[in-house]
Formats: sequence, C-alpha cells, structure tokens
Amino acid sequence: MTENILELHGISRTYSTRQGLFGRKVPVHAVDEVSLSLQPGQTLALVGESGSGKSTTGRIALGLELPNSGHVLFRGAELPPAHTSAWRRMRTHMQMIYQDPLAVLDRRLSILDQVREPLDIHDIGSASERNNKALAMLDAVGLNANYASSLPHQLSGGQRQRAVLARALIMQPALLVCDEPVSALDVSIQAQVVNLLMDLQKDLRLSLLFISHDLKVVRQVSQRIAVMYLGRIVEYGETNLLLSNPTHPYTKALVSAVPVAGRRTRERIILKGEPPNPADRPTGCAFHPRCPVVRPECVSVSPTFSTLPDGRSVACHAVDAAQPTKEVGI
Amino acid sequence: MADLVGTAPASAFPATSSSGALLTIEGLTVDFSGVRVLRGIDLTLSRGESLGIVGESGSGKSVTWLATLGLLPRTANVSGSVQLDGQEMLGVAASRLDRIRGGRVAMIFQDPSSALNPVIRIGKQVGEVLARHQGVSGANIRAETKRLFDLVGLPDAARRFDAYPHELSGGQNQRVMIAMALAGKPDVLVADEPTTALDATIQAQILDLLTTIRRETGMALVLISHDLGVVSETCERIMVMYGGRVVEAAPSDSIFANPQHPYTQGLLAALPPFDGALHRLIPIEGQVPEPANMPPGCPFAPRCAQRMTVCKETIPPLTQTEAGHFSACIAGAVTEARQSLKVHKSVLA
Ligand SMILES: Nc1ncnc2c1ncn2[C@@H]1O[C@H](COP(=O)(O)OP(=O)(O)OP(=O)(O)O)[C@@H](O)[C@H]1O
Ligand SMILES: Nc1ncnc2c1ncn2[C@@H]1O[C@H](COP(=O)(O)OP(=O)(O)OP(=O)(O)O)[C@@H](O)[C@H]1O
Ligand code: SF4
Ligand code: SF4
Ligand SMILES: [Mg+2]
Ligand SMILES: [Mg+2]
Repeated sequence: MTENILELHGISRTYSTRQGLFGRKVPVHAVDEVSLSLQPGQTLALVGESGSGKSTTGRIALGLELPNSGHVLFRGAELPPAHTSAWRRMRTHMQMIYQDPLAVLDRRLSILDQVREPLDIHDIGSASERNNKALAMLDAVGLNANYASSLPHQLSGGQRQRAVLARALIMQPALLVCDEPVSALDVSIQAQVVNLLMDLQKDLRLSLLFISHDLKVVRQVSQRIAVMYLGRIVEYGETNLLLSNPTHPYTKALVSAVPVAGRRTRERIILKGEPPNPADRPTGCAFHPRCPVVRPECVSVSPTFSTLPDGRSVACHAVDAAQPTKEVGI
Repeated sequence: MADLVGTAPASAFPATSSSGALLTIEGLTVDFSGVRVLRGIDLTLSRGESLGIVGESGSGKSVTWLATLGLLPRTANVSGSVQLDGQEMLGVAASRLDRIRGGRVAMIFQDPSSALNPVIRIGKQVGEVLARHQGVSGANIRAETKRLFDLVGLPDAARRFDAYPHELSGGQNQRVMIAMALAGKPDVLVADEPTTALDATIQAQILDLLTTIRRETGMALVLISHDLGVVSETCERIMVMYGGRVVEAAPSDSIFANPQHPYTQGLLAALPPFDGALHRLIPIEGQVPEPANMPPGCPFAPRCAQRMTVCKETIPPLTQTEAGHFSACIAGAVTEARQSLKVHKSVLA
C-alpha cells in the first residue's frame, strides 16, 4: 500500500450568509464531514451538484481556506498555518488550476515571464538557468519558443490554459488541484488539454484532484470519483464502477443525465422537485425531496456510509436495505 | 417542411414560399469595422421546430442571432434579410422591433449577469415582460411569475420574487433568464448556451422543460451550444458553423450517424466517449482562423486532413448530399468522406 499524498479527515466548512436585505444570518454548511484520500500519481475526481462544496473542498485541500473542523494531511503531515513561510514552501509542491486562465495570468507580462516567475520568487538557479527551465516547461506543454514573448490576449483559450499549466508545473509540484480546468474550452481544445494533463501525470507522477461537472472528461482522466451533494459525499469509489453501475440515487440521476452525442443507451432519470437550498438543508437525507426511491426513514434519519463488496462507499438507506440480498447473490 | 436550411443558390431553396416557415434568414452578413465575421447565412425555421447550432468559439453562433434580433451594437454593419411570418425585421424601427423581441422572439443570453438588471428585483423584471407582452396585471403578475419560477426549478420561488440578481448563484440567475424568456410566450426562443453553468441533472431538467413547452405550444427552439451532446439530445436538426458560415446542416440522427464535413467529423472525434474503451483524445489540429485572416478558399482548409489543392482556391457551397443533409466540402460526401467515416466510427465506438 502506498502512502497517500493527500488525506482529508472529516473536514467541515460553514459560511454565514444573510438572507434577504434585512434577514438574519443563516449558516451555510458548504462542506460537511468530508473525508477523502488520494494516492501518488493517481487522479481523484470530485463531481456533484452545483454548490455542493467541490471548490471549497479543493481550496481546503491546499490550505487556501481553513476548515472549521477536521484536518488535512499532505504526505502524512498537517499543513502549516496559511501564509507562513513553511506553508509557502509546502505550497510549491501543491498547485491549483482554475477554470478561467485569463483571471490567473497577468495581462501585461509575457508568457515566458509568467512561467518563470515562481522560480524568480523562490530564487532558484541563475537567471539564464531560470529562463531555460521556463522555456523547457513551455515546450513540455506544447507552446514553442515563438509564444514565449506573447501576451496572454494574443493566445487562444487552449494556449492560455497551457501557459497556466506550465506556470503551475514549473516548481514540479506533486499535487495539482484542477477546478473545472476544461469546462470553458471548445471540445477540440479540451481534448488537447486533457491529453496534456494525462501525459504530464505519467511523466511527472503528478497526483490530481480533478473537480468537474463533465462526467465524460472525468471518465477519461480519473481512477476514483467522489460524488458530492449538499456538502457531503454520497458515493465514493472506482470510476468505472461508479459510472457503469451507479448505486446512490443521486449518482444514478447524474450519470443518466450526461448528454451524449448520437444515440443514448441509458434511460434518462429526470429529477423532479426543487434543487436544494444549502441554507435550508433538508432533514435526514439531504436528497430526499428529489429522490425517486425515497423511504419513510429518509426524511428524519441521515444515512451513514456502508461499504459495498466492490469496495465503494455509499450513504443511502435504500442501498443499505438492498445490501444483504446483494451479498447473498455474490 | 423540406429544405429547412441552405446557403446554396437561392433557386435550389425557395425559402420564402416553403409552407409553415416562421422565420426566414437569407444572405445574412455582419461586418465589424470592415471585417466580415458572418459570411452569408441562410436558414428557415418552422413552427415547433428545434434547431441546434454548434461550432467552436468565434464561429459566429451568437452574432447570427444577435443580428437577427437587431441587438448588435451600431458599429456592426448588417445586411441580408430576416423575415418573421413574411415581414422584414432587418432595419425596422426600434419601437416595432421592441414589441417583437421578448414577445414573438425571445433570447436567453450567453452571459446572464449582463442581461439582468442588477438593481431591480428579479420578480419585477419578469413581471415587466408579463405586463408588456401578455397584458397581465395586478396580483396576477405575482402569481404568474411564481408559476414561471416553479417551472424552471428555481428553489424557494415565492421568496425569490424579491431577490436581487447578486443574491442568486450563477445557475439560479440563468434560470431567472429562462423564466423571463418564457414569460412573453414567444413563437421563437433562441437559447444561447442556456445551461453551461448548470450541473447535469438540472441541465437535463431545463432541456426537458424547453422540449415540453415546444411540443405543447408549437414554439420553435434554437439552441446554441458548444456541447454536441446537449444539442443532440434536444434538437431535431443541427447546423454546424465554422468561420462565419454554415458548413453542415442535417437532421440530428443523420449528423451523428453520418457526419459528412471533415470539421463535423473532427468535432465528434474530439469528444471523450462515455461508453466503451478509453482512447487518447483526438483534437482537431490547428486553430479557428481570425475573421480578419480568413483563408481565401474553404475556411477549414488549413486544418483539414482531407484538403486538396482546389480547397485553397474555391469556397465550397453548401450542397445537398442526401435527403435533408447539406455539407460544404469539395471533397464531397461520396468517396473520401466515407473512408474517414469508417475511421471515425471506430473511434467513437
Ligand atoms: N465565500 C463564501 N461565502 C458564502 N458562501 C459561500 C462562499 N463560498 C462558497 N459558498 C457557498 O458554499 C456552497 C458551496 O460552494 P462551492 O463553490 O464549494 O460549490 P461547488 O460545488 O464548487 O459549486 P459549482 O459547481 O457551482 O462550482 C454554496 O452554497 C456556496 O454558495
Ligand atoms: N461586438 C463585436 N465587435 C467586434 N467583433 C465581434 C463582436 N462580437 C463578435 N465579434 C466577432 O465575431 C466573431 C463571431 O463571434 P460570436 O460571438 O458569434 O462567436 P460564437 O460562435 O458565439 O462563439 P462562442 O462559442 O465563444 O460564444 C468572432 O470572431 C468575434 O470576435
Ligand atoms: S437515503 Fe433515502 S432519500 Fe437519500 S438517496 Fe437513499 S433512498 Fe433516497
Ligand atoms: S473543402 Fe477541402 S479543405 Fe474544406 S473541408 Fe472539404 S476537403 Fe477539407
Ligand atoms: Mg466550483
Ligand atoms: Mg457565443
């Protein structure tokens, strides 16, 4: 068993928001008792409803935001307090990539300068070594020397995302958190960036926490998936198992709703009822107002995790009830 | 119902006389400061029809419909013809256009934050459309607005009435936009990437809703998206745009089973599969050309694996390759495309 590069232990994060203009403050449980682990060189995908806490979880994993409770282990050690020099040193091994590359790049600096900047900041090597290293990294992400002096707006969307990747990778991080890295890109450019990420992962043994609502891309890049709903993980296991045979009713609906070009092979489950309001979390199982197979106990009792014979974890009363028969069948 | 789309010589497509045509666009071009970005669009839309528009960023999907609705800035030079029920819409007085927009033809914009007024409560914004286009008044406005909010799955509809746009998430604002567009009971709804900020389950709910409304009321739906999966599941007919032109147009089934234009084949091959074995993704080489540097012949020629010498000199017209299926490629559907299709199908499998 390899040691996990990243472990989240029971992390929770609550925001307080005001309802309406003069309303009282209401707590929003953005992330609620989430535990996850990631092995070196592997990709864990975080999927789920909009507002379910995926980005918040990603930020907590990097120490960009502190959990109200629970703790994060990176290579077996707790993260140092944010913005200390120990944290900054550790942060060079952990990088984040966001959806919008333009928001990350400085529009007045050349691509080469931006990719070299982390080396400058950490004062690594001589000036010419730094330049060469940055050029080599640009080359590795498929941007040739012609683009080195370009400004961000002179590049296409895919090229910009490549530049962001080069910048994130120049310090040779071990962990990359990608928050919707390809959602804003055209399919063709998306294919380039996905291929690139997978190549780099192989070459550099990168570990990826990959946040996305595109299950087709998730299927392509990840070994494991965690499905979130209103701040909690509802199903967690191997990608091919979850996508070919989802167990939790929300995962089932999510997988069935993936739009596919051409003929669809699966029956599509259209959820009824209101999407969840995180400030007014339903009692019991948070999915019960929309669940097609809701049972009486779901309204009051929050389901706990059970482990299926194939190794995945699911939090659902219906799955619990079906469990014994399943085991008999095996 | 025949000849729904075409940019071939007008004689081949008696567009105006085709029965049931609700909206007819002919030779629509748009120039921005002397640079042509839309290079001649022809299409006909019938009542109750659903048309999907796909293509990479910058191919002219949004500009086509902004021009149709007279919503481009003054700097845009628009020519051609847009007829709604036989009445010309290009160049008509703004006051008349205002009644048509939101009433007969409504648009859901790509960027919801730019289309909602940040200082007006969302219930009031929807109410205004109801009052102006449906003559709803008084207490009925509130009830009708709540019904629309429920329809688009906005959580907590009754209380949302008094919310400002900034108090809602991106996905929720997108649903307010959809409610607003539906408020005018339009004959044509143009939805520009209406579900990009939404997750798959809510996206499916919204697309399902639009389809139900279309079937029940005979509203025509134009769905713009860069997600081939989304249009494939929602639309009966698909138009692929590239470099400000239509390069392929066909019934949905036919375009996925038998894509004829090398660009369409490339778009489909680049999609990650959701069934079967994984394979390395296949991007289309090169980039979309800038409008100011459009290649002289076929706009796709610099990226096309099937390119021939003649492709660089002649702009291929949109021609019918089989019933209802049009493609703008000189190599044609017959010989070469068939071969690439075999490769392509094995890739998708
Ligand atoms: N800074 C903040 N202040 C208050 N509420 C917040 C803040 N950040 C996030 N939230 C709330 O926490 C919840 C989780 O948000 P988060 O951004 O993690 O969701 P997500 O799963 O990444 O969603 P999406 O798919 O839409 O990006 C949401 O209800 C959100 O409104
Ligand atoms: N107001 C404007 N002024 C100048 N050029 C414009 C303007 N609006 C659009 N364009 C140009 O027209 C072309 C077509 O743009 P359009 O917005 O229609 O693309 P699109 O297909 O909708 O792309 P996307 O998928 O990114 O939304 C692009 O090259 C764009 O840069
Ligand atoms: S616990 Fe109950 S409501 Fe929740 S997903 Fe399972 S069956 Fe549905
Ligand atoms: S006309 Fe020529 S370059 Fe254009 S798509 Fe067809 S084969 Fe390719
Ligand atoms: Mg997010
Ligand atoms: Mg657009």
